[in-house]
Amino acid sequence: MLILECPYCGVKAEETELAAGGEAHLKRFGPGSSDEEFHDYLFMRENPKGVHFERWRHANGCGKWFHAARCTMTLEVFGTYSAQTTEPPKEIQDKISEKRPNWTWRDVK
Amino acid sequence: MSTRLAKNGRLIDRSKQIEFTFNGKRMKGYAGDTLASALLANDQMMVGRSFKYHRPRGLVAAGPEEPNALVGLGTGDRFEPNQRATTTELFSGLSAQSQNHWPSLDFDVLAINNKLGRFLTAGFYYKMFIHPRPLWKHVYEPIIRQSAGLGKAPDKELKDADTYEHFYFFADVLVIGGGVAGLQAAKVAAQSGAKVLLLEQHNYWGGRAPVDGGTIEGMEPGAWVEKTLEELRGMDNVTLRDRCMGAGVYDHGYALGYERLTDHAPGQGGPRHRLWRIRASQIVTATGAIERPLSFAGNDIPGVMLAASMRDYAVNWGVTPGQKVVVATNNDDAYRTAIAMHGAGVEVVRVLDTRDSGGGSLMEEVRALGIRVECGRAIAKVKGSKRVTGVAICAQNGEGGAQEEVEADAVAMSGGWSPVVHLWSHCGGKLIWDEAHANFRPDPERPPLGADGNGFVIAAGAANGAAGLADALHDAQTAGEAAANAAGFTPKVGDAPAAEAPEENAMEAVWLMPAKADIKLRMKTWLDYQNDVKVSDVQLAAREGFESVEHTKRYTTLGMATDQGKLSNINGLAILADSLGSEIPQVGTTTFRPPYHPISMGAIGGEARGEIFQPLRKTPMYDWHDSNGADWEPVGQWRRPFAYVRSGESLHDAVNREVKNTRDNLGLLDASTLGKLVVKGPDAGKFLDMMYTNMMSTLKPGKCRYGLMCSENGFLIDDGVVARIDEDTWLCHTTTGGAERIHGHMEEWLQTEWWDWKVYVANVTEQLAQVAVVGPNARKVLEKLNEKAGGGMDLSKEALPFMEWRDGEIGGFKARAYRISFSGELSYEIAVAASDGLAFWTALMEAGQEFGVMPYGTECLHILRAEKGFIMIGDETDGTVIPQDLGLNWALSKKKEDFLGKRAHSRSHMADPDRWQLVGLETVDGSVLPDGAYAVGNGVNANGQKNTIGRVTSTYYSSNLGRGIAMGLVKHGPSRMGEVIEFPGTDGKIYKAKIVDQVFYDKEGEKQNV
Ligand SMILES: [Zn+2]
Repeated sequence: MLILECPYCGVKAEETELAAGGEAHLKRFGPGSSDEEFHDYLFMRENPKGVHFERWRHANGCGKWFHAARCTMTLEVFGTYSAQTTEPPKEIQDKISEKRPNWTWRDVK
Repeated sequence: MSTRLAKNGRLIDRSKQIEFTFNGKRMKGYAGDTLASALLANDQMMVGRSFKYHRPRGLVAAGPEEPNALVGLGTGDRFEPNQRATTTELFSGLSAQSQNHWPSLDFDVLAINNKLGRFLTAGFYYKMFIHPRPLWKHVYEPIIRQSAGLGKAPDKELKDADTYEHFYFFADVLVIGGGVAGLQAAKVAAQSGAKVLLLEQHNYWGGRAPVDGGTIEGMEPGAWVEKTLEELRGMDNVTLRDRCMGAGVYDHGYALGYERLTDHAPGQGGPRHRLWRIRASQIVTATGAIERPLSFAGNDIPGVMLAASMRDYAVNWGVTPGQKVVVATNNDDAYRTAIAMHGAGVEVVRVLDTRDSGGGSLMEEVRALGIRVECGRAIAKVKGSKRVTGVAICAQNGEGGAQEEVEADAVAMSGGWSPVVHLWSHCGGKLIWDEAHANFRPDPERPPLGADGNGFVIAAGAANGAAGLADALHDAQTAGEAAANAAGFTPKVGDAPAAEAPEENAMEAVWLMPAKADIKLRMKTWLDYQNDVKVSDVQLAAREGFESVEHTKRYTTLGMATDQGKLSNINGLAILADSLGSEIPQVGTTTFRPPYHPISMGAIGGEARGEIFQPLRKTPMYDWHDSNGADWEPVGQWRRPFAYVRSGESLHDAVNREVKNTRDNLGLLDASTLGKLVVKGPDAGKFLDMMYTNMMSTLKPGKCRYGLMCSENGFLIDDGVVARIDEDTWLCHTTTGGAERIHGHMEEWLQTEWWDWKVYVANVTEQLAQVAVVGPNARKVLEKLNEKAGGGMDLSKEALPFMEWRDGEIGGFKARAYRISFSGELSYEIAVAASDGLAFWTALMEAGQEFGVMPYGTECLHILRAEKGFIMIGDETDGTVIPQDLGLNWALSKKKEDFLGKRAHSRSHMADPDRWQLVGLETVDGSVLPDGAYAVGNGVNANGQKNTIGRVTSTYYSSNLGRGIAMGLVKHGPSRMGEVIEFPGTDGKIYKAKIVDQVFYDKEGEKQNV
């Protein structure tokens, strides 16, 4: 029963208000992509024990999709932010670096 | 014999006698008794039989850690199995039955398993699985089924007669445990200004302290508890709940409390249990400690009890399990039991202390009472079967050669104390091994972490490994201050209440008694009473290569019973560590999972049952349907009429009547549940071209198009008619179950992928009532409505052709009419404001009388569409079906560069010509094919099963055609027209069906286009 703050409406939402949407910052591959690219886009997901970026929807609230940066092991939440970005905002990356030096996630460091 | 004592019993009221029954036998107890103490008062020493060997078992403990005394409580719709006698408060008329015996508690046939013990060792079930099947089926399974399992399940025909509820609570500091540590921590946190919730599982406060003695602030502990409770009750920011157990601690300060409101007073009214759903900034676990048994032969014979529990029975309830007690211990605390029993008038035959140097001042006190204390001594074995008759005494540091035998009818044992670390551990709190006290205690450096990365659980008192009254109170003071501080308050710093208790000597770790007990003794030495696991089983598992404690647990079933190993875990892993030549902290513990103690299914369900199990969605015409014979079908959260049954008619008759009438005359369907999404904006067309497989941007205003939606991996997820309303507005119909899901799907793509596209999506499903007016007379009834209203929308073929829509008025109602058909008939779907829905429906019913109008339900809808070969999402699709499988290639745009699913459709498996494809199926004899049946072909698969070549996706009786019709997916189906294939039914029959075109009715589509 996590609590995540919705960056749109500011509500500290109980997990029962939220719908999980899997990994954040996916790059879409469509027609014209190679079989491998498309396969990776559809099926290959990070499964870290540690820092992770996820997509959540404030489904029983304002309805907005947003992103959460959190630690899958300790459940620490480094922050939530708009889904309308291709990578985690700098202040969130800095906050993670402060708490988890040497963290990496895909090609984000 | 076990009996009521002449004195003692601080929790009972001897002026209030209570009658109850145990296995039908009438017994008497007092108000304040637990079922356990009342059974002891009635000399009911034996309370059940063990799980595997059916050995006689008695009470071992006095609290929730009790492994043996599980009973079935109540009768009929209030029957509940596996209730602990120790946590069941006695009430008048209580009826309890012992479990796991056949035919009776005193005489049990399967006690023969006890003699077969060597065949039922660790891993018995796993080892038996490798034997041939017939042996399983005819020999092992019947025996195991008869012998295994604890209580009987309640009668499945009966509904639980009680009610339950959930309750939400927010606290700055949640304190779990109302012993002296919990009370002190709660007081400190509350005085600092925090909003405090304090939970106590028992119906009394103070925990062990009032029984164990000493003084706090110069008072008896019981008096201090009363004084502190008064202080807490006087504070507005404190909520106290007894009979309320902290059941679990979860992510980010979430916790569950389990309050038993009327278990002790049935008939009082109100809910029976209340589940507290708590969010706390900080949680203090002051959950105390649990005493460990000693591992000696015969430690499961009725009359052998934990030393502190025996003391609890004597002091709290004034009962004793015997008249001649032997005490065996490795620590000083058990001397308190010797003192308490002596004071209660019970003979203490001997105190056997494993430590060569014995105990401290408590031992001296016992000796001064004239009780014989022997140091370096141990129990070789306990004599007796259905109860203790004597004890053989030996040296602890030997193999068990008995040096003396004494007569006794009860044994008090103490193997030391284990902090109750469950709640600390539930959400990831780590433990450290405390060598001095031979136990695991919370590691304050590694608590469970909250959202901010800081700890949110603090253990206090005995639960934190504090030994003795003064230590526990000091620890609680610190915990209360720390919790208040972490919750954002300035802690009220002060000194812990001064406490005095006798100094104690160091305990000695004893994992086997005697230390070198031989195999015959070890095979009678129990670790887990409830699951019948012995020292020899764990040793065997270690020899067989089970090194991980998690594997050993599953192999031997140690700690897997309903008590979750509260008594057995530490003893078991000490034996495992010893067998592996390893240290206990290296072996580690198994995982602690919530709930701490079983909670009722009723409490978990709360109010969500029956009518209010989930929200019910009703269309504006719901009440009309209900009073006109609707047989309801749940569709998601909606209820839709399956058919309208007239008096004297079967459901099947009703469906056939509706099907015939709609084709011949006029039918009305409440289609309000169909999802309706408005998609609007400058980029709406571009967006819908991505959402649908076909082109929506080219649709002209005023026109409709049937659209398919695929997921990104190509599978069909929804379908429906899309209407273009104006230059930048579309209205998308979804399936009844799909409105919220597809809305969410659109929002996800709009918000996370194409967030710069200018599109809004609104779900207007509930704003509109929609009626399908279907059949040859459809136009006539609508025109009649207009006539009566003195004009309205032109509904002629020319003004409103097939697959177009118009706004206007029908019968005086503001309406939007779509010329679309899911039945193959002349059909209008008319949307009006939800508030006009019932009036519009009623007007149609009245005007339709002369045209033979009848309402029809979902089953008729299905048959009409199946006669026409139209697919249904969820029947023809199951999440693995692509449009090409259903012959819907025409709906896949070739012009569009991209749409969701397009790239996936070119993956090799999607383009495989061997994919099963949609065809019609006609049984040779006209019968109805069983739904979901598989067609079999030649040859067998790798498992020796016949190869499958297809399956039935929709199957109905068509009253228009007078025969069964079906659709199915068949390998190479479209190129096998006319072939007959076989569908074995689960009824043993083989159904033969011919592959045909799936359009069974009006193949040319003439009827809908008139
Ligand atoms: Zn929100």
